[in-house]
Amino acid sequence: MARRPDPIGLGAAMADRLLPTLAAAVTLLAALALGVAVAASALAERWRNAASEAITVQVPDPAKALPDGRARIDAALALLRDSADVAEATPMQDGRMAELLRPWLGPGGEQLALPLPAVIEVAPAVSDWDSSALAARLGEVVPGTTVETQGRLVTRLRTLARSVQALGIVAVLIATGIAACVVALATRATLAARRDAVEILHLLGAEDRQIASRFARRAALRVAAGALLGTVIGASVLMALGAVAGPVLPMDPGRLAAGLPLLPLATAAIGWITAQSAVRRWLRHLP
Amino acid sequence: MIRFEDVSLRYGAGPEVLRDVTFGIPPGALCWLCGPSGAGKSTLMRMMYLALRPTAGRLSLLGADIGRARRGDLPRLRRRIGVVFQDFRLLPHLSAFDNVALPLRLARRPEGQVRADVGEMLRWVGLARRIDARPPELSGGEQQRVAIARAVITRPSLLLADEPTGNLDDVQAERLLALFTELNRIGTTVVVATHNMALLDRYPARVISIADGRVQMDG
Repeated sequence: MARRPDPIGLGAAMADRLLPTLAAAVTLLAALALGVAVAASALAERWRNAASEAITVQVPDPAKALPDGRARIDAALALLRDSADVAEATPMQDGRMAELLRPWLGPGGEQLALPLPAVIEVAPAVSDWDSSALAARLGEVVPGTTVETQGRLVTRLRTLARSVQALGIVAVLIATGIAACVVALATRATLAARRDAVEILHLLGAEDRQIASRFARRAALRVAAGALLGTVIGASVLMALGAVAGPVLPMDPGRLAAGLPLLPLATAAIGWITAQSAVRRWLRHLP
Repeated sequence: MIRFEDVSLRYGAGPEVLRDVTFGIPPGALCWLCGPSGAGKSTLMRMMYLALRPTAGRLSLLGADIGRARRGDLPRLRRRIGVVFQDFRLLPHLSAFDNVALPLRLARRPEGQVRADVGEMLRWVGLARRIDARPPELSGGEQQRVAIARAVITRPSLLLADEPTGNLDDVQAERLLALFTELNRIGTTVVVATHNMALLDRYPARVISIADGRVQMDG
């Protein structure tokens, strides 16, 4: 099929050539922002899981016998190990306990005659485990026992994760706004350069949507081409970053694979909508 | 077909460039619009091809009240009007063929029909061998013939020509006016703006004379 001519001459317009380059730059920034947000989210998730797993049970007077004759520490350990929610329960060794107490009691502090509780480290069998039921049961069987779930730290890390994700979304939104501004400016510049052609089409009976669609289609195609390039570069940078700094800044390939391909499509849609809107607004000045 | 009733026009807060213009042109008429340069002929023509709307009075065109018509209704009306602009207003990056095809494509005619109609029209105006030439490659007379072909390709109800013989020699001018009278004979309403009084003698028709933005004579 023969190619339809371009009556407005958009292909030769100077501003039209700048559009793919600017779209590539903006999309590259958006891809990096998205990648950092995804990585920070994964990192925060990892911290959160690690923190939620760090549950400790303190048993005062561990050697003291309960009415059934068992030592309090043995009764607590038995209860924990019988629980389906607990993967592992291990009494903290004296050496590790001394290491933890050193900042507060100084060297040799463990040799002081202090009534220190025994500490049991618990690894839950499930994530986001609610330990309150187990704590109540422990309190009934071994009175005075306390369960420390690191809840405050978990809350802070969740807040951090949400903040990082929000910053990533804000950065992507800013990139979206910049893309819209770039398309609007390029469209206006092209309109100024092709004013005569647009006016002639208008006088020959072209509808606003016919003229606007030509600009919008051209803008969307040019922006999509630039955005595709920006996304490919951004993905390459993120992959390289993941390979170099993976343990510190983990890239989640699944989430990136879901998010990055949307960038060229979203940028093209922004280009189409912005160009349509800019041209229709300009055409309203004509009778 | 065309009805001006006390139509006035001013640009912003400037003076009126047209004042209380009243006349009517019935369907199928051939009419000369004449007057000296700066009299307001081109402004009247621009109103008739809907590039301007009156600031006062009432303009009816092709059955529509232009002052009250919705902006979205005007493109349909414009497609029923053929215009030969004084400066041709061809698109320089398009070939002669594509310039003439433009009104048909805007009206979404099938491409096969476009090719047939445009080819025939360019043969008719003597440009069959120049269909691929762009306007900068054409002479003034050839450009004018492309502009005329573009104006009449849709067989418009109303044909407006603003100083159409200005760039033509006598032979071409005669040929063009013969074309206009032929189009008028088959039912097209034709309005030609000119300051060339010799044409009026050779092609007698109704004359509307304009001076200082007012109708001076109609008859």
